[in-house]
Amino acid sequence: MTTTPRSLTRRALLQQSVAAGAAFVVGSGYVAGSSAAWAMEVQHLQPETMATLIQMARDIYPHDHVGDEFYAAAVKGYDSADAAPGIEAGVAALNAAAVGAGHASYLAAGWERDRVDILRGMENSPFFQMVRGGLVTGLYNQKAVWPLFGYEGESFSKGGYIDRGFDDISWL
Amino acid sequence: MAAPFDLNDDSVVVVIGTGAGGGVLSNELAQKGVSVVALEAGGRYLPQDYINDEWESFGQLAWLDPRTTSGDWRVAKDFSGLPAWIVKAVGGTTTHWAGASLRFQDHEWKARTNYGEVQGANLLDWPIDGAEMAPWYEKAEAKLGVTRTGDRAGLPGNNNFKVFEAGAKALGYEQVHTGRMAINSSDYDERPSCQQVGFCFQGCKFGAKWSAAYTDIPRGEATGNLEVREKAHVARIVHDASGKVTGVEYFDADGNLQMQKARIVCVAGNSFESPRLLLNSASSMFPDGLANSSGQVGRNYMRHMTGSVYAVFDKPVKMWRGTTMAGIIQDESRHDPSRGFVGGYELETLSLGLPFMAAFLDPGAWGREFTTALDMYENMAGMWIVGEDMPQETNRVTLNHDVKDQYGLSVANVHFDDHPNDIAMRNHAYKQGMAVYDAVGATRTFPTPPYPSTHNLGTNRMSENARDGVVNKWGQTHDIANLFISDGSQFTTGAAENPTLTIVALAIRQADHIAREMSAGNL
Ligand SMILES: Cc1cc2nc3c(=O)[nH]c(=O)nc-3n(C[C@H](O)[C@H](O)[C@H](O)COP(=O)(O)OP(=O)(O)OC[C@H]3O[C@@H](n4cnc5c(N)ncnc54)[C@H](O)[C@@H]3O)c2cc1C
Ligand code: SF4
Repeated sequence: MTTTPRSLTRRALLQQSVAAGAAFVVGSGYVAGSSAAWAMEVQHLQPETMATLIQMARDIYPHDHVGDEFYAAAVKGYDSADAAPGIEAGVAALNAAAVGAGHASYLAAGWERDRVDILRGMENSPFFQMVRGGLVTGLYNQKAVWPLFGYEGESFSKGGYIDRGFDDISWL
Repeated sequence: MAAPFDLNDDSVVVVIGTGAGGGVLSNELAQKGVSVVALEAGGRYLPQDYINDEWESFGQLAWLDPRTTSGDWRVAKDFSGLPAWIVKAVGGTTTHWAGASLRFQDHEWKARTNYGEVQGANLLDWPIDGAEMAPWYEKAEAKLGVTRTGDRAGLPGNNNFKVFEAGAKALGYEQVHTGRMAINSSDYDERPSCQQVGFCFQGCKFGAKWSAAYTDIPRGEATGNLEVREKAHVARIVHDASGKVTGVEYFDADGNLQMQKARIVCVAGNSFESPRLLLNSASSMFPDGLANSSGQVGRNYMRHMTGSVYAVFDKPVKMWRGTTMAGIIQDESRHDPSRGFVGGYELETLSLGLPFMAAFLDPGAWGREFTTALDMYENMAGMWIVGEDMPQETNRVTLNHDVKDQYGLSVANVHFDDHPNDIAMRNHAYKQGMAVYDAVGATRTFPTPPYPSTHNLGTNRMSENARDGVVNKWGQTHDIANLFISDGSQFTTGAAENPTLTIVALAIRQADHIAREMSAGNL
């Protein structure tokens, strides 16, 4: 999961950061939410690249009740020596497409609609398909996400639902 | 002699695969005093080992050796390396299965006669019928403890069923109930009753659901007549100059090639691996593969006409609570060509957890149309469609010589195109399924495409005449007297019903036949 870089207090973090789009701030070796409610260290990717990737993840599978930190966790695995070059190239292509559409960068496109248009234009690229495919498990298989959808996960340890509402529907 | 058996012991029956077909056959033979060596590619997992987490369990149990796909089915695009969702483990796919246990309807045994000529379909009558199978079905139902058969009560309905039932009744359907399930509604056969855990697909941790893994297999082993060798992957069936099979070559748990001699070989590796094995066993005497004089090995692959319907309501359902599939509407299972297709289909309740729902609701989809559906996961109800699909000669398992598995063996390529009858039936079922939910106030419905196949049938089909199929009415290959097929690949046609009860009934019947023929000295 995401952690605040230990050396930084929330205030110090905000002071040392620059905005990356509306939702994120970045600094040397980290990305954080604009409110600094969460932060994530990055070692191999440019912090702006990771911020872009997190926004892209949300734009692919937007759930307004799911915080950015879960999207960050879903794409954190791309911050590796092996994956980084491909991701940097993919995000560069994404930004180039954004520039082509009249935005300063992908993150600078303020409306989701505009960003989704950019994504639609690269929907069949291996980069998009890799990120989308990875999110199917990266996002929805996070146990911490499940309660946000009401999903209760395993029940064996609690003896199943036989005495806990398997047939408790009341509105029919 | 008692188990374990020597590799050179040529008096044993070798059974390949220990699922619904092979697991039951092995036990039934052992109970009759026949010496059996069962070779199973997968490892052994028991209720305490099952993991109630969809992806983790998939990693534990699923068959993940490479396969390839072709054809117009959407699975070939969305899951190109995973044509089927089946198990590699002692007990086979009976660890995953949901337990729906239905007999064929009488007319379904004679599809060619009753449906007539269907263009592009390779329909054929089974050489057996409902009357022949009735006593074997009864034994199978008793073995599996099927609810609503014998004096076994039905399961209670969960939330998902209640929505389904209310919609079905509002629509005027009459044959609606919690299914005939191989899941105990009360203690039965030393297994407890269902605790409504809701992970039936991941292996029942209470053992309330029947699985060969913890019933037939240990019971067979307890006789001393059955040896199960796990992590034993059969590579080839070998034969002598007279054309009789004499044993099998397999890779053991350490990857070493071994040769087990045999008096009889029974193949039960599920409908991809069984034909693959026959084809990979080609020799100078049988250049097209074993038992393939008809050219039908691998052909007529059927997967049932399937699909799902999910619906969202304005209030919670929590469909994941309780049994995964205990609910059925049978009104559409009749043969009634006025609907625009031959054969029929069943509608059965189904729920997936959030992780699988994300993967399977609309594979490849993204954006708000998709995510607003998942946002309502708690308010979702779901059903699965299972209907008779048309056997087609060109829907087939072949060897893909360009792709090898970890043992260097050519893998199975699975080619499938929907038949127009399949498409017409699926569209009808989508319409009816959505109407069921609309009738109880669904705010949105989703006609969901088929998943990787769970029912795999027909690739070594049963036929009266040797030219039309691979095995006779006992599952014995037409070409080689001591080579049998013992799994779902024997199916001549698929019928509308989930197949496992029929696979089990055929295995019990086959064991009886083999034991009789052995003692008569005919085998
Ligand atoms: C999620 C799910 C739900 C299902 N629900 C139902 C249901 O409700 N009702 C129903 O009727 N059916 C259901 N099914 C289908 C049912 O599980 C299968 O029809 C049945 O198990 C098939 O039996 P089988 O003997 O043909 O093959 P399997 O049970 O798949 O057994 C084949 C075995 O052979 C082994 N094997 C393969 N090749 C080799 C080799 N070369 N060497 C050694 N071993 C080998 C495999 O590892 C496997 O263990 C479901 C299936 C799935 C996946
Ligand atoms: S719901 Fe019942 S059958 Fe299914 S896994 Fe749980 S206890 Fe077993």
